[in-house]
Amino acid sequence: MIPAAFDYESPKTLNEALSLLASREDAKLLAGGHSLLPAMKLRLASPALLIDLGRIAGLDYIRDSGETINIGALTTHATVASSSLLLSASPLLAQAASNIGDIQVRNRGTIGGSLAQAHPSADYPASILALDAHIVAFSQSGERVIPARAFFTGMFTTALRPDEIITEIRVPKTTGAGAVYKKFHHPASGYAVVGVAVVVRGNSAKIEDVSIGITGVGEIAYRAAAVEDALRGKPASAIAQAAKHAADKVEALGDNYASAEYRRHLAEVYTRRALQEALSSKRGK
Amino acid sequence: MASNGKTNGKAKGNGQWVGKKFKRKEDPRLVRGISHYTDDIKVPRLAYCVFVRSPHAHARIVSIDTEAARNHPGVLAVVTAADLEGLGMIPCAMQMPDLKIPSHPALAKERVRYLGEPVVAVVAEDAYAARDAAELVVVEYEALPVVLDMEKALEKESSLIYPEFGTNKAFTHAMKSGDIDAAYKKADRVVKIRLLNQRVAPTAMEPRSIVAEYLPGENRLTIWASTQIPHLLKTQVAIMVCLPETAVRVIAPEVGGGFGSKLNVYAEDGVVPWLAMKLGRPVKWTETRRESLMVTIHGRDTINYLELALKKDGTILGLRAKILADMGAYHQLLTPLIPQLTALMLPGCYKIPAFDCEIIGVFTNKMSTDAYRGAGRPEAAYDIERLMDCAARELNQDPAKFRSKNFPQPKEFPFTTAAGLLYDSANYQQSLKRALQLAGYDKLREKQKAAWKQGRYFGIGVSTYVEICAIGPSAATPAGGWESGTVRIEPTGKVTVLTGASPHGQGQETTFAQLVADQFGITPDDVTVIHGDTLAVPYGIGTFGSRGTAVGGTAIYFAVQKLKTKIAALAAHLLSAKPVDIVIANGRVGLKGNSKKSMSWGELVLAAYTARNIPPGFEPGMEATHFFEPSNFTFPFGTHVAAVEVDAETGETKIEKYVAVDDCGNVINPLLVDGQVQGGIAQGLSQALYEELVYNEDGQLLTGSLMDYALPKAAHIPEFILDRTVTPTPVNPMGVKGVGEAGTIASTPCIVNAVCDALAPLGITNIDMPLKPERVWRAITAAQANIPVAAQLTSKPGARSSRRPA
Repeated sequence: MIPAAFDYESPKTLNEALSLLASREDAKLLAGGHSLLPAMKLRLASPALLIDLGRIAGLDYIRDSGETINIGALTTHATVASSSLLLSASPLLAQAASNIGDIQVRNRGTIGGSLAQAHPSADYPASILALDAHIVAFSQSGERVIPARAFFTGMFTTALRPDEIITEIRVPKTTGAGAVYKKFHHPASGYAVVGVAVVVRGNSAKIEDVSIGITGVGEIAYRAAAVEDALRGKPASAIAQAAKHAADKVEALGDNYASAEYRRHLAEVYTRRALQEALSSKRGK
Repeated sequence: MASNGKTNGKAKGNGQWVGKKFKRKEDPRLVRGISHYTDDIKVPRLAYCVFVRSPHAHARIVSIDTEAARNHPGVLAVVTAADLEGLGMIPCAMQMPDLKIPSHPALAKERVRYLGEPVVAVVAEDAYAARDAAELVVVEYEALPVVLDMEKALEKESSLIYPEFGTNKAFTHAMKSGDIDAAYKKADRVVKIRLLNQRVAPTAMEPRSIVAEYLPGENRLTIWASTQIPHLLKTQVAIMVCLPETAVRVIAPEVGGGFGSKLNVYAEDGVVPWLAMKLGRPVKWTETRRESLMVTIHGRDTINYLELALKKDGTILGLRAKILADMGAYHQLLTPLIPQLTALMLPGCYKIPAFDCEIIGVFTNKMSTDAYRGAGRPEAAYDIERLMDCAARELNQDPAKFRSKNFPQPKEFPFTTAAGLLYDSANYQQSLKRALQLAGYDKLREKQKAAWKQGRYFGIGVSTYVEICAIGPSAATPAGGWESGTVRIEPTGKVTVLTGASPHGQGQETTFAQLVADQFGITPDDVTVIHGDTLAVPYGIGTFGSRGTAVGGTAIYFAVQKLKTKIAALAAHLLSAKPVDIVIANGRVGLKGNSKKSMSWGELVLAAYTARNIPPGFEPGMEATHFFEPSNFTFPFGTHVAAVEVDAETGETKIEKYVAVDDCGNVINPLLVDGQVQGGIAQGLSQALYEELVYNEDGQLLTGSLMDYALPKAAHIPEFILDRTVTPTPVNPMGVKGVGEAGTIASTPCIVNAVCDALAPLGITNIDMPLKPERVWRAITAAQANIPVAAQLTSKPGARSSRRPA
């Protein structure tokens, strides 16, 4: 459990961090470290330079900016989970955060770090997708706003360029909608074997709009477009049939705990249950 | 959590402290993190060791290139098997007529036979340099065919792990009683089942760790080790490194759990002291969690073929079993012993007139199995308790009533079992009754009927277990089964207790202090319990097999009696009274209720040390030692009841209720007994639902980290409703039986019984552990495909078994 030797820098400003990042090809950003440090201790990752973002002030906030709630990238999962602003205006992300790892992980891990890691079974991506959130990244050439749907590009890979740092996540408000995150926990890792995030507008007589993000099934989290299409304008009775398409066109992953077939099955069951719950209880309305 | 500790026996020896909830004396230093585990030990000039391990499950070592590693800055030594001159083999303590014991070198020679087998040891000035240099060692391997599946390993065509043995069979052992053929002839039904008991990792909170320092001038090798058996380790290391035993001292500092995994002598326990002696530098090695999962002994891993011959009315006529036990690639200290314990306890708490059991040990290319909490008894309890449920279903009888019908009556104790053991004392009927009552069993059955009608799968599991504890009479143990206890009353009246037991989480610094405090009329705070230092404590055996209190505590009890005789003699002399009239109570010694004829505890003790006024022939000082040899094992028992609901759509199991009624004889500290039971149940239900070590077809470990290997977390554990019955054992004067393993033994079959009971309408009789949701879902899906939905909701098909004896 001893990592290989590495250099360590703890910049005090974002600009300093950006210039350090641009200066070295083999640098890694530390933003909580609950994925990176274990990987380094097992020597699965051996970055030459570790840039600790933890000392940069001003990246830890949750603000109401009218249309959206804006979350600083260094905000911990625990803060996201307990934010009264999020719980009242856009609770899906808070639900997802409260499902991450354990208390220790939630107290250290950050939303920016988790998104940049892009673990295929991470909790945030399902909600980020269902919410059509935006991810703000900075490089020395300036700011770039990346829509959630364009952000996750593969297992552990994102649309971030090597010289970019996530600074903010912008989450639309879901006032009036039902929002539910349902997760099947891996008993060891706590990651999502399957995690389904839904935002539903309407009532059981007519679903006006619905968005569904699913994590854990494939290499990257995705929007269950086939289910959404099958439900817009339909009554709740259409949910069971529509949910059968929860893993359409997804190449599911399998391991010794849960096969690809089982994950697809869980995606259907959890999608149905999340939709029904969101519609019946209007959780988060 | 409810525990009313109701008793049915007169709790013998209950006093001011014994029998009371008394907070652990150990905890303040542990919860504040200010005590010392082996890895916290720092000695001047300490060097650090890292092992290079086999990445193959089976391979020939073609070459080892250590040059780059040796040249790495800070490296002190890089050694291979060829360098280990004068280091003996890793010991196996078992002897059996046909047991094949492979030569077990501390570093692999020519061949590696399991994943993680140590091949090269690297020592450096610091742990970083050692780890970096280990990466520079180049070992070339030629892969060999891998033997993993026990049943395939026994086929003629199987490749051999030890060609010199001509077989992968490590031993066969038969146990028989009664006339099994007659039993089968008389039987109306024979219920058969094949059960897998999966391989699991003991996973103590503190991984293994060892520090060795050799002082050549004094010729003293000091070893700090995270061990359950400091004295046995001392003897074994002395033999391995060829030092007289008198030159070796083993200290077990704080030990963060063991669960049997530290009841052993490992390769690292030989290599690290050897390196310290060769280098003239103290050396430390601490296991990583990955190593712990890979190369600390594993538990269980058996395949069990079981048959129960029955009369229609539910009377058991005979039990037949064939058990394959995976030894792994080598024998560790007790590897071949564990399945023997399974065979011995297979008859459980039932009257079984005929018994025929065969156990076969099998070598595979995996880490050795050995003692893991329960050590053979959880496997036995799983076998018999699962089989009892299948039989009850086959006979369409209530599983609780069916069990009760086959219990021996309380008046039949001591009771000789089909396996030849003499059970000391029990009242199984009372335990079952109490557990069913606490669980609201009849209501649960009504709830089940209603649930089934709604298409929900609600089930109730019962397990009535008995286990073998207080291990044990020396005739039945490989290393002696006695224990030592020394009680020393210091001149100030404070008491030092030295125990040969080696608690590593059990809390005997507290319970032994309670025991002694009551006997001397002082408080537990006046008593300090010392353990785990072979230079301080007389030779002892250690802590395992739920023996600490029943054997180690009893040794102390007898040492105390010796001192009480001495105290009475001195007090009688000083007070001009008769020794028989002397009473020791509340800090005073003398005649009861006569202040003129009594003196304070402190004055009396001091008089034994100043020795100016002592009776003729009185030996000054106040110290006594007793080596206690038990006349029998003890046999704690109990009943666990679980209610579960299975989500048929996902296969997830939710435990709705868990009741445990345990009987460990008299209780010294209910708080600690409850803790043992709770932890045990957590581990046992975790085997039922979560834990498994999975090797792939190449012998690579797929569950090699705690991100994959599912240890139970707080959220996985339901609330436990705990209670006790108290049936003291006649085997020791305190009437204590032992409780360290009970929870682990009872809970595993209890949970699986509950899940299979829930799924009874589907005709599902067995699902192999762990009951992973996918596995349960697949069983449900397969069953649903075979049974019309309407029938699933109404009928209760019987177990699949032969209607007539074969």
